[in-house]
Amino acid sequence: MSLTSFTLSELCSLLETRKIKAEEVVTDYLKEIEEKDKKISAYITVLGDLALEKAKIIDQKKERGILAGVPLALKDNLLTKGVRTTCASRILQNFIAPYNATVVEKLEKEDAIIIGKTNMDEFAMGSSTENSAFFTTKNPWDLKRVPGGSSGGSAAAVASNMAAASLGSDTGGSIRQPAALCGLVGLKPTYGLVSRYGLVAFASSLDQIGPLTRTVEDCAVLTKIIGGFDAKDSTSSCEPIPDYQKEMMKKLQSLKIAFLQENMLEGIDEGVKEMYYHTLKLLEQMGAELYEMDFPSWDYALACYYIIAPSEASSNLARYDGVRYGYRQTNSQTFKEMYVKTRTEGFGPEVKRRILLGTFALSSGYYDAYYVKAAKTRRLITQEFMEAFNKVDYILTPTTPEPAFLIGAKEDPIAMYLSDKFTVSANLAGIPALSLPVGWTEEGLPIGLQIIGNFFQESRLFKLAFAIEKKVKFRKQN
Amino acid sequence: MMSQFYEPVIGLEIHAQLLTKTKLFCGCSTQYGSPQNSLVCPVCFGLPGALPVLNEEAVRMAVKLALVINAKIHTHSVFARKNYFYPDLPKGYQITQFHFPIATEGALEIEVNDIKKTIGIERINLEEDAGKSIHEGMEDSSEKTYLDFNRSGVPLLEIVGKPEINSPDEAVEFLQLFRTILQYLEICDGNMEEGSLRCDANLSIRKKGVTELGVKTEIKNLNSFRFLHKALEFETQRQIKLLEDGKAVRHETRLWDSRRGETRPMRSKEEAHDYRYFPEPDLPPLIITEEFISQVKETLPESPQEKRARLIEEYQIPVYDAKVLTSSRRLADFFEHTARICQNPKQASNWIMREVLQYLKEANISIDQFPIQAEDLAELILLIEKKETSLRLAKEEIFPEMLQTNKKASDIVKIKGLGQISDEQKIKAIIHQVIENNPTPLKQYLEGKQQVLGFLVGQVMKETKGKANPQLVKKTLTSILNSYK
Ligand SMILES: [Zn+2]
Repeated sequence: MSLTSFTLSELCSLLETRKIKAEEVVTDYLKEIEEKDKKISAYITVLGDLALEKAKIIDQKKERGILAGVPLALKDNLLTKGVRTTCASRILQNFIAPYNATVVEKLEKEDAIIIGKTNMDEFAMGSSTENSAFFTTKNPWDLKRVPGGSSGGSAAAVASNMAAASLGSDTGGSIRQPAALCGLVGLKPTYGLVSRYGLVAFASSLDQIGPLTRTVEDCAVLTKIIGGFDAKDSTSSCEPIPDYQKEMMKKLQSLKIAFLQENMLEGIDEGVKEMYYHTLKLLEQMGAELYEMDFPSWDYALACYYIIAPSEASSNLARYDGVRYGYRQTNSQTFKEMYVKTRTEGFGPEVKRRILLGTFALSSGYYDAYYVKAAKTRRLITQEFMEAFNKVDYILTPTTPEPAFLIGAKEDPIAMYLSDKFTVSANLAGIPALSLPVGWTEEGLPIGLQIIGNFFQESRLFKLAFAIEKKVKFRKQN
Repeated sequence: MMSQFYEPVIGLEIHAQLLTKTKLFCGCSTQYGSPQNSLVCPVCFGLPGALPVLNEEAVRMAVKLALVINAKIHTHSVFARKNYFYPDLPKGYQITQFHFPIATEGALEIEVNDIKKTIGIERINLEEDAGKSIHEGMEDSSEKTYLDFNRSGVPLLEIVGKPEINSPDEAVEFLQLFRTILQYLEICDGNMEEGSLRCDANLSIRKKGVTELGVKTEIKNLNSFRFLHKALEFETQRQIKLLEDGKAVRHETRLWDSRRGETRPMRSKEEAHDYRYFPEPDLPPLIITEEFISQVKETLPESPQEKRARLIEEYQIPVYDAKVLTSSRRLADFFEHTARICQNPKQASNWIMREVLQYLKEANISIDQFPIQAEDLAELILLIEKKETSLRLAKEEIFPEMLQTNKKASDIVKIKGLGQISDEQKIKAIIHQVIENNPTPLKQYLEGKQQVLGFLVGQVMKETKGKANPQLVKKTLTSILNSYK
């Protein structure tokens, strides 16, 4: 049996007791990648030699970190020193990161092995990885379908046993949506829980790094490791990080759960809707008190998101000008010409669309009507959440309106944007949300459930997710 | 021209580079003159994924200035991004403040021709500097522009003055006073040539007695007090002439051309900017507590006015001297240091007001770069006082030597034999020789012609190359001459 079928937590204990060697684990994973990635295309860069070398060193080490010898995949917008970090963009195609992201430092401190950098939508803009400048990643459950996005490569790698777990980033659903579409657990932590230093910024006030894992326990382990205050990120929080793994094993106490009023589920996939109600029923049997709730401000969440995120992106992406690093079009006579040609050739269509959107929204004369209004809407959404959390501990929603869709099915950008309709609100409010696989469609595609909690209530999210995971036994059908 | 019916309305915008050890949002050093691109990191070089972290020292400096100009310090201020593309702007935006600056509504009292006037200060923003484009001076400058990012991220205070200045003289006085304050607070070195203090102006013309403002122009590139004065003078006359000719003033940005002595419009493309300001999402709002403000208050140094009064009182020096000496905090420190050691404030002041300031002016340097230490100047003053050298020798020989060689005055006196001859035996010997060589004057003196005494003293001085103590020579000579009687 290949070592790749173990969960991260199982691998950790096998390695800790030295029943297996890191080198064996890495070898098995590289074999898996060799066999599968030609079809799935989850990785932009595989760090085979580097990973093996590191594994040998770890096998020799006496004192080792928690993740010693565990192969992890990183979304290619996380900076890894000395390793190409492309953001799946032509503009950074040959960019070798000169420093490590804080999360990478933290993983390496625990002796994790970075086995590769995964594909994504260019600059994390998209919900399918079809916006990658290089190639589209396939859903391991059905190669004709997308893995979701933008952390699609990270999700596909873990779902197909090409990594024990991975990190992604989530700006409007980019961890949770691919986790749902690939049958994984994915967490978007509270804004500020995980340092963003070394994450290529898309929308700074919304971006969070989080894990994509096979189990809730794996997710809890990784979140504890990557979380915590970082002096290099002024938006990072000083909130202490509890031992999530230990906390989640404790018995569920209060179980007040809000579920969405039926009108909010209009137009979504029938299979997804059915699974949602099925899970709610299960929770009722577990002793949950269910409250039906309406969140009227969510009607404006996508619109609000598509003002704020592109506005910030238009500014964040201004640094890719060909002057200091990255792609430069050299056939130019003036600065301006160089900028225009470099950016025209370096960015893909979706990135350009969002830069234009954001530039427009911030322009004088439009700023108040767009950006300021969106910022107000954002406060309204947060307020509505806070009111809900006065009554309940959790809000449950489907993670996505539908399961994995066919590659090429959403050529209209607006149709693609709708993939995030249940996920963006948590980013706008800055609160944590986790997606957990709860079942399958008739075609055998995974379906995710989203659990939203209050600020820094990750512990609670894991606890409930862990309880549901035990009941639905998703992985047994695997 | 009918210029007496018009008056200019001038507002100044000052950029002061703060003297923090590190940059505004990263730990890089701010050392001036380091090798190009040696003071950079992911943050100030605008690498992907890098994030800003605010330098508390810079905030403290901004608060210092705000306190001194009595501005309202905002407990809650917000950083904003000012977006524009330029090769020396690494992130494609400058982090500055826009809607919510750190302080607003300050004021500064100036005095021109004995008339006091208060000029309002609209706001103080804390912001980062850009890098530097090098268009000239490299081998292939004709085809390439080089970039140096050492300055990128250096903290600046942007001080926006209200349009309440009504003459070039007032403008210069305002800027001078501002520079003195910045230097006193030791938050900016005030060096306009190196660009650590920069000034832009806006100017409009109105008929005297009218309160409405005319159309203004913005004038850039005013990197000295002289240029500021000249540019405002020129622009005032230019706008008056336009109005007199019935033409309209165009709202535009103009550059001061010091070679031609005129302002001329920048190409309109260079100024058509929409900066798309929005709150910087990478930085939380800046919260300044009352406690922080009172801590800063305790560290405020004596103001120029306070120092002036104290120097007059404590050292009994003239008002004029005190005013000059307090024009910079370092100069005043130099004076106090010198005066304390030599215990002769009047002489210390005289030396600094004349010799020292003259040298600084000629060498175009500040007191910090003055080659002679206060201790050494004090020693020179003491040597004169103890009559170990003469004032003339001190000024003509010793002081210039000290400037050049950095040697102590006493060493120079020893090595070059510039000490005064106060040895009576030596002087006696010289006198005898002089009398021998000049028998006629001796005869005349003995006949009662007292005036030849001066001639003989002169001869002795000539013989000693001026080193003899003149009083001693006169005394000894008289007694020797009298012995012939
Ligand atoms: Zn730096």
